[in-house]
Amino acid sequence: MRDLLRDAWLIARKDLAIEFRTRSAFLSAVVFSLLAIVIFFFAWDATAVAAIDLAPGVLWVIFVFSGLLGMHRSFGVEQPDRAIDGLIASPVAREAIFLGKALASLVFVLAVQAIAIPAVALFYNLPLGGVALPLAGIAILAAIGLVVVGTLFSAMAVNTRLAELLLPMLALPFFVPIVIPAAQATAKLMSGRPVGDTVAWLKLLLAFDIVFIVACTLAYPFTLEE
Amino acid sequence: MKPTPLTIAAIAAVAVTYIRAIFFTPLEAIQGPAQKILYIHAPAAWVAFMAFGLVAVASILYLWLREDRLDRIAESSAEVGVVFTTVVLTTGPLWGKPIWGAYWTWDARLTLTLFLWFIYVAYLVMRGALEDRATRARYSAVLGILGALLIPFIHLSVYLFRTLHPQTILMKPSAPSLPGEMLTTLLLAFASFTLLYVALLRSRYRYAVTRDGAHPPEATVA
Repeated sequence: MRDLLRDAWLIARKDLAIEFRTRSAFLSAVVFSLLAIVIFFFAWDATAVAAIDLAPGVLWVIFVFSGLLGMHRSFGVEQPDRAIDGLIASPVAREAIFLGKALASLVFVLAVQAIAIPAVALFYNLPLGGVALPLAGIAILAAIGLVVVGTLFSAMAVNTRLAELLLPMLALPFFVPIVIPAAQATAKLMSGRPVGDTVAWLKLLLAFDIVFIVACTLAYPFTLEE
Repeated sequence: MKPTPLTIAAIAAVAVTYIRAIFFTPLEAIQGPAQKILYIHAPAAWVAFMAFGLVAVASILYLWLREDRLDRIAESSAEVGVVFTTVVLTTGPLWGKPIWGAYWTWDARLTLTLFLWFIYVAYLVMRGALEDRATRARYSAVLGILGALLIPFIHLSVYLFRTLHPQTILMKPSAPSLPGEMLTTLLLAFASFTLLYVALLRSRYRYAVTRDGAHPPEATVA
């Protein structure tokens, strides 16, 4: 188990180093999020719909789509020169490759969120100060579920003829049980309800995370060439 | 491909069901003729769930036993399941408009069925996007299993939106709340739809066997 986590961390560091040096995916995900915030603002009549009613939906829709941008890259970077073969041939458990990839994506998604959530608060003029901590908790729980499922489908989608199209098609139904609880819990918090009111939703997120971390880690070796 | 006796029997059974449903089953007092759509809608939903259940079972067994047959069963069942889900999603709104006053509501069961359709359409699209037979079988099995795991989560998360759907009338602890004649018709519809499912599954499976036989794995490599 310790070896597995150590190897996973090694793989994650490799991916993060690539991302940190190029910063291409991160910058595009951040710019995408900001663009989405702006476009969403003009999609509603600001005099009819209060920003506070819009914000939770906007936040989690952006979260899902900017997450997808990062997910596609997860195994996309291993495609040129069949770099994935090198990873598979290395003396690392296949489960560790998966966990490492997911971990790197988790850092990526959370980093994008760390900019996108305050940006929503800024542009929509929301008082997020009081709920920052529970909101961060929801974001972490939601991000874990998103990256484990997304990483597995990224591994599968890159090997198909429809890579860019197939990933959202496969992954979005799986993001529904993440977006619904996250958006509902966020809406409750923003309307001033106590954290206790969101416990049912948080439990659902946590259960999703546990089930899919186990299922996707076990399933990943089956997606590799034998 | 000539229709098999099973296919003919299934189609005949469905025909008998509808003759009974349309001419020999009483009209519902409040809903009138609209209620008759139940005899398509409910059995189609039952078949869809059964079909996707079989996809999950065949997927698990495939990863374990690596039998090509199991992959073909999963493929066939998913395709037939999508057809029946489409029937459910078409007949539901047709009934919903006169009775609920809206074609679509974001009720828990409707939403779940819609997402089932999305998951298994993606399943079929993914199958079409993979050339290598072994890869396709493994990926499909993984998606078939994950899809089954996802269903309770979608159900739980959409359930908390108040449900508008008519409550279960058959599979519930107390006695079925449907008059005897309607109940017989409904049960007949369930039976004939199940038969139709088996017939379609078998035909689709035989097609997969023929196709795989015509393009053996060696041929695709060369």
